Amino acid sequence: MHLEKRTQGEVVVITLDGILDSGTAQAVQADLEHLIPEHGRVLLDLGKMSYMSSAGLRVMLLAYRQALATGARLALARLPADVREVMTATGFLDFFVVSNTVEEGVEALV
Amino acid sequence: MSETERAGQITRIDAYPTGLISGYPVRPGRVLPFGASVVPGGINFSVYTNNATAVVLVLFRRGEREPVAELPYPPCFRIGGVYAMTVFGLDPETTEYGYRAEGPYRPTDGSRFDPGAVLIDPYAKLLTGRETWGGGEPVPYRSAIGYDDFDWEDDRPLRLPPEDLIIYELHVRGFTRHPSSAVRHPGTFAGLIEKIGYLRDLGVNCVELMPVFEFDELDNPRHDPHSGARRYDFWGYNPIGFFAPKAGYAASARYGTQADEFKNMVKQLHRAGIEVILDVVFNHTGEGGEQGPTLSFRGLDNSTYYMLTPDGGYYNFTGTGNTLNCNHPVVRGFIIDCLRYWAAEYHIDGFRFDLAAVLGRAPDGSVLANPPVLESLAKDPVLRDCKLIAEAWDAGGLYQVGGFNDYMRWSEWNGRYRDAVRRFLKGDFGAASEFAVRLTGSPDLYGPQAPTASVNFVTAHDGFTLADLVSYNGKHNAANGEDNRDGENQNNSWNCGAEGPTDDPAVISLRRRQVRNALLLLLCSWGIPMLLGGDEAGRTQHGNNNAYCHDDPLTWLDWDLAAEHAWLRRFVRYAIAFRRAHPALRRPQHRPAGQAAGWFPAVSWHGTRAWAADWGAHNRLLATMFYLSEPGGHDCVYLAANAYWEPLTVELPVLPGGVIWHRFADTAAPAPDDVAEPGNEPPVNDQARIRVGERSVVALVAHHSPFEKAEK
Repeated sequence: MHLEKRTQGEVVVITLDGILDSGTAQAVQADLEHLIPEHGRVLLDLGKMSYMSSAGLRVMLLAYRQALATGARLALARLPADVREVMTATGFLDFFVVSNTVEEGVEALV
Repeated sequence: MSETERAGQITRIDAYPTGLISGYPVRPGRVLPFGASVVPGGINFSVYTNNATAVVLVLFRRGEREPVAELPYPPCFRIGGVYAMTVFGLDPETTEYGYRAEGPYRPTDGSRFDPGAVLIDPYAKLLTGRETWGGGEPVPYRSAIGYDDFDWEDDRPLRLPPEDLIIYELHVRGFTRHPSSAVRHPGTFAGLIEKIGYLRDLGVNCVELMPVFEFDELDNPRHDPHSGARRYDFWGYNPIGFFAPKAGYAASARYGTQADEFKNMVKQLHRAGIEVILDVVFNHTGEGGEQGPTLSFRGLDNSTYYMLTPDGGYYNFTGTGNTLNCNHPVVRGFIIDCLRYWAAEYHIDGFRFDLAAVLGRAPDGSVLANPPVLESLAKDPVLRDCKLIAEAWDAGGLYQVGGFNDYMRWSEWNGRYRDAVRRFLKGDFGAASEFAVRLTGSPDLYGPQAPTASVNFVTAHDGFTLADLVSYNGKHNAANGEDNRDGENQNNSWNCGAEGPTDDPAVISLRRRQVRNALLLLLCSWGIPMLLGGDEAGRTQHGNNNAYCHDDPLTWLDWDLAAEHAWLRRFVRYAIAFRRAHPALRRPQHRPAGQAAGWFPAVSWHGTRAWAADWGAHNRLLATMFYLSEPGGHDCVYLAANAYWEPLTVELPVLPGGVIWHRFADTAAPAPDDVAEPGNEPPVNDQARIRVGERSVVALVAHHSPFEKAEK
């Protein structure tokens, strides 16, 4: 799993590239802790993620909790279909602003 | 977690292995909690068996049939009868496990150890093997480890007063499996969430879910004798994983997130003001009798978990081949651990115990005067606010309705209410006086307790649906594959003049009236009313009164049918709202201490003449007035139920000046005039007497007259 950070206007866009499961979850979570700025606006781009397990879902939820605690605003873009499916069924999706494209996500956060 | 939050946490000393078993780093584990728990660096596996001689932990990689390793517990890893080991370096997400238990196979002594079998952990929080309902080739169940950090936010069990409860019994799969449900995830916990609006609209504030503990829907060898279609165990009264939610009911089980999906369902129901009661089966397990499979309990400690005959056979007080030994101290502990888990981890509001009379039996099957397990559940601090409801009978002939050891705490499915209301409705000779007692919370059965000790119902999953109760005299169960032998024979049903579907408008009209009569009486009775989900939508099982084995449109709620029955849903919605509006119908006590003086007694009985009830066996009219004097005013409801086949003119009790009778419902009137919106009932023209049609119920309410209101 590879994380890439860039800035688009006032929004920090973090692209997750690869597999997010129990093998990579801890490292990704640690990286996100540093990449999500306090009071900032963050878009997680999941379009390049090839697989996410339930541990990966936890990483998303932890990012949400972290954002809540630090006053950051968080959105998710380009969810793979099956991730969207499982996040809908479990209600996890209700925590997030979700968009189909990075541009829409950035707009939603501005 | 920020650096400051981490401060104070240091690595635990027990986060390091002390040795290797089968190539895996391990250390002696922690005895508590039982089951598999994620601990720093690994997973702790704790399992108890008082009679095994040795235990082996069997590890699997998720989805693989053959084990990756077998780790025998060394003697020094055992404390008492508990085998505990922490295994390091395991990934909880991809690890599955089971146990082998060694010991003698001597059935006559009660020992049935079988080290060849990989057993389910009785404390497994997740089970794999049936993630897809009814899917393909059966694979062995494996225990799995889930996350237990669900984000409940501020959710808590609702703690609704029992007298306010209106229970709606439903089957998670059956509720939304039908294509007409139009939900994204049919037949699942997630699907149920999409129908919360429907439940709210109806006005129910509690759902009672038929079994949701993991069971094997494929465990039914029967077929339809005509079509050859396979039969299932659709209902699921055959638990094999008491801590594990039924994976096949989760849209997300392939991710192992069935627990999260279930919890989210509870959270969303709570947000809508709806409690969740689970129908739990602690009278037997899915391991069956002598010939049944060794899945878990039988192989771990047969003589502890099951009631055994002196020669080692299985007592069968449940009709399923085995009987759980509920009053054995170990099993009692297991049951309490299990219910505490569901109450604490899943925020469950209450439990309904299937064949609960079994919980009052000793290990030899005799009936206990003071059953320890029932007392423990009644007094448990974690379960203190949970509703406890007993199905107070079993298949061994023990019928304890009204005599269940309730510790002033349990409620009961009042089977005698069901029988009495049905007999009254079909106009049986002598049925009115018994129904009078049932209508007022069955004080003969629950006098020392409260009306809420009585869960009143006309229909439940067992037996006919309400539409079928008024459409069939006899059961029609041939499609179950048992030559129509299965299912109850004493249904107290009446087809209103034709067996099954008919074009006869008189029969159809009478059935529609009888259905509304039943629902109105139920929702006006003291006690806790329970509706069978779908009755408000005219659900039929075409005369099948034991549809446990059908996973098809026979048991699925047809939402198009619900749309066709808008008239009936409206009637039920208003009857529920009426109940909620009238505390006189929701008495928390039989004899309220210090009832303020007022217009009338709490209950009074009338007849064709006011204040003169006829208790003769020929009488088929029941006229009741419920009255409650409150600091805020008076609440007065009058109910005239005419089960006679002729209309009757009934004299009304005279109300105090300025107050007049208003008509809430009259089931003799065709919809929409059969019922009014509570609070907007029209005044009754003749305040002295009303006509109550043949086989009809009229409900009136006393309000200030419009004229008086206008003056104010």
